[in-house]
Amino acid sequence: MGRLTFAGLETRPGQVWGAVRLVPLVRDAPVEGLRMHPGALPETDLPKDGCWYVPHGLTAEWTRDGSAVPAFGTALRMPTATVDGSRRPKAKPRFADRRTRIRFIPRRGALETYLPLAFQAPAIAWPEWSRLAYTQSMLPEPDRTVSGLLVDGLADALRIFEIHPGQCGVLVYVADALAGVLITPHPEDYRTLHPTLVEDSYGELIWRYAMLHASVQDFEARIDASLVDSLADLRAQAAAVQRDWAEFHDGTLAAGLLDPEYHFTETYAMADFKLVRYRPEFETGRETHVGEAILDARGRAAFLQSFRLSETQIRRARLLQALAANEWHLDDTAAALALTTPAFVALLRNSNLTWMLRRDVLDHNLARHRRR
Amino acid sequence: MESVADLVAAEDVLLFVNAAVAATGQDEFHTGRGRQEWSVDFLHEYMLVNYRDLYAAALALGINDRNKAAIVLRLLRTGADASPAQRAVEGRLIRRALRDLPTSRVYRLFTALQKAKVNNRRTRAVMREWLSARPDLGFEAVKYRGAFKRAAVHAHLDLDGLPGDAGAEVASFLFAPMTSGRYRTPLFEAWRRAHFERSAVFELPYTVAEGFAVKHGIPRHVLLEQIAPLLTRNERLRLQRSGGAAVELDAAALGRMPLTRLAAYVLAIPEPERGERREELTRALRAAARRTAGDRAGTWGTVAAVLDDSYSSSGSGEKRRRPLVVALAAHYLLEALAREYRPLWLSGNEDALLAKPRGVTALGDRILDALETPPEQLIVVSDGWDNAPAGLASEVLRVWTTRLDPARRTAIAHLNPVFDADGIGVRRLAPSVPTAGIRDAEDLPELVAFARFDDGRAGIDELRAAVDARVERWLAEEEPWAA
Repeated sequence: MGRLTFAGLETRPGQVWGAVRLVPLVRDAPVEGLRMHPGALPETDLPKDGCWYVPHGLTAEWTRDGSAVPAFGTALRMPTATVDGSRRPKAKPRFADRRTRIRFIPRRGALETYLPLAFQAPAIAWPEWSRLAYTQSMLPEPDRTVSGLLVDGLADALRIFEIHPGQCGVLVYVADALAGVLITPHPEDYRTLHPTLVEDSYGELIWRYAMLHASVQDFEARIDASLVDSLADLRAQAAAVQRDWAEFHDGTLAAGLLDPEYHFTETYAMADFKLVRYRPEFETGRETHVGEAILDARGRAAFLQSFRLSETQIRRARLLQALAANEWHLDDTAAALALTTPAFVALLRNSNLTWMLRRDVLDHNLARHRRR
Repeated sequence: MESVADLVAAEDVLLFVNAAVAATGQDEFHTGRGRQEWSVDFLHEYMLVNYRDLYAAALALGINDRNKAAIVLRLLRTGADASPAQRAVEGRLIRRALRDLPTSRVYRLFTALQKAKVNNRRTRAVMREWLSARPDLGFEAVKYRGAFKRAAVHAHLDLDGLPGDAGAEVASFLFAPMTSGRYRTPLFEAWRRAHFERSAVFELPYTVAEGFAVKHGIPRHVLLEQIAPLLTRNERLRLQRSGGAAVELDAAALGRMPLTRLAAYVLAIPEPERGERREELTRALRAAARRTAGDRAGTWGTVAAVLDDSYSSSGSGEKRRRPLVVALAAHYLLEALAREYRPLWLSGNEDALLAKPRGVTALGDRILDALETPPEQLIVVSDGWDNAPAGLASEVLRVWTTRLDPARRTAIAHLNPVFDADGIGVRRLAPSVPTAGIRDAEDLPELVAFARFDDGRAGIDELRAAVDARVERWLAEEEPWAA
């Protein structure tokens, strides 16, 4: 358990266009030894014949000794592979087997990999569960997400956004609801990844907010003229305005991301960095962000991306989490949630999880729930 | 003490003038042309209905050509609403405005009049008068053939009665071009022969020759080599990047170009090449600025300028880097005007020649830097989208003018090259600081002088007096005997 922080990053004034507010994060110095690239495969990897679709993903590239990463594609000897199971080396990699590049799955498909983190498939074969529950490793019907192109005003807001010098991150707000975060290790990476934010997926909630809200209030600077007697005072007040904004932003606007405690699942280690996936305790009615991050040795985010779950997704994740915690025992889980078993089954049905239950168990419980 | 209505009227007029200077009907960085057209049309209609005489007088106030043409169109369309005295003044203003407008603009206006079906007696008289006063009618009949024909028909022009050699043949040239045999007018004859003879193409105006060159399959470099002597100044400057050696200009010739166009050319050159040609380009820009400054050179005292080179100064696909171009031209012009000059680019860039649109608009901090040693004149050239943080420039200027410099020893003016369609006007920095729209940096001195009416304290009477004085001066230039 732990918290996410923006350590090493400074918050700068946000820029508003319509209902979209983009808040930049700036680094004093780029993180050494790690770069992120929009992840096209090298042309040579593609077979010459036929038509191929290369999904929009990311490539992380690092060096063992913390020195600067050469520009993408220029390194002479840089063995590459993916974390994809089929290409994982069969034997445990020897020390000489130095892998310094991994690819991420496309961000618009990443959500499905975040959500099942909350549960491991049933370990004990309770009779209530259907065969599918043991064989399916992922949810059969992934949640609907919306491409950034369909979020009203997002494309324009990204187009006219003026990138700060040294900017390594951005928080995207739609109608002042935090929709997503992107943090990169290097300003150049940010510049290349900035336009791809529009290809990301956003939850249905964000899409709805963008439709309903035409504009948000800009944070207008205010200076108290009575405090100013010289130009130095004026300068100090101007600096205070910027500080106030940073405090207000980190303390209030981004509170939904920074305040909760997160579970971190380590998925991959790369030299000094580790790739983790994070999720909070799922609680209905609370802002919930899940995503993945690359943390350095001191736990500061070198790379981070997050996705805001919609209320339906939170409810579903909470049920799965409760089931996993109670070893998939139906009655125990219901009791843990202070519910009767039929009420719990009804909840599962409302969250579209009935495919996991045996049909007769389901019908029996629902009938009892209706009779009540 | 003026009434509120007076102040509002003055504000309306200034709003319109600023918008009419900056709005060009093209895409801007933030908004597209569709929205802009809507808001500019609204402003024109509003002015025409409420302040007709001031609307006509705006022709004398250095607004851009597109809006001049729009005003003439509207005045001619609604002549019935004007009193005879108004019509007389309008007539003189229109005549003077048409004389100043570029020829192509006027023909486009005539086409617009025809499309709008404006064909009253006054319109026909205006068109006839302008057309018969042209010095080289034959040349225009060739270069603007379609528009000229439409105008002649629309204005019921007596073609046979036109003066000059071309007069006798222009009717057959327009209406029966290939059936009348040879022409005595050399240009008409060249045009006729160009249909089947390759060598005649090079005697035609460049834009006409381009079409025939395609027809004859003449390679571009051959065309440019042959036609180079016939190119106009602007055509030649436009061809600098693509035309090759045949149309190349040396530093002295570049220095004779208009300042803003020259700045646009300089910024279109890739950065490394700009660095290599630094001396030549700087000399040309300085020469153009000195020529523009004229006898005002060195008369402005200490001047500081905050110049916007943020990402938004990259303009749009239609107006490439236009805000940055204006800032660069203003930089060199102010350098020539001032005794002591301090430029402050927003990005912290020290080398004006290598300016590029990048980064945020942190106007507040830069204005503070400029006021550190208070200059006599502070000029801000920016699109007004202050965003790091939003509104800080406004607060800094407000506190500066109320607390630190209530006597206004430092004159501050904001020049905005971008029309904000959503705000219907140019974006202001602060209510206490005058804002003026700007199209070409050459107008900067006049705009700064006129901007003093825009501090929210000048009433309509004062403004009207100033406008009338300017109209008188402007019209007197046309008719020296009337002065």
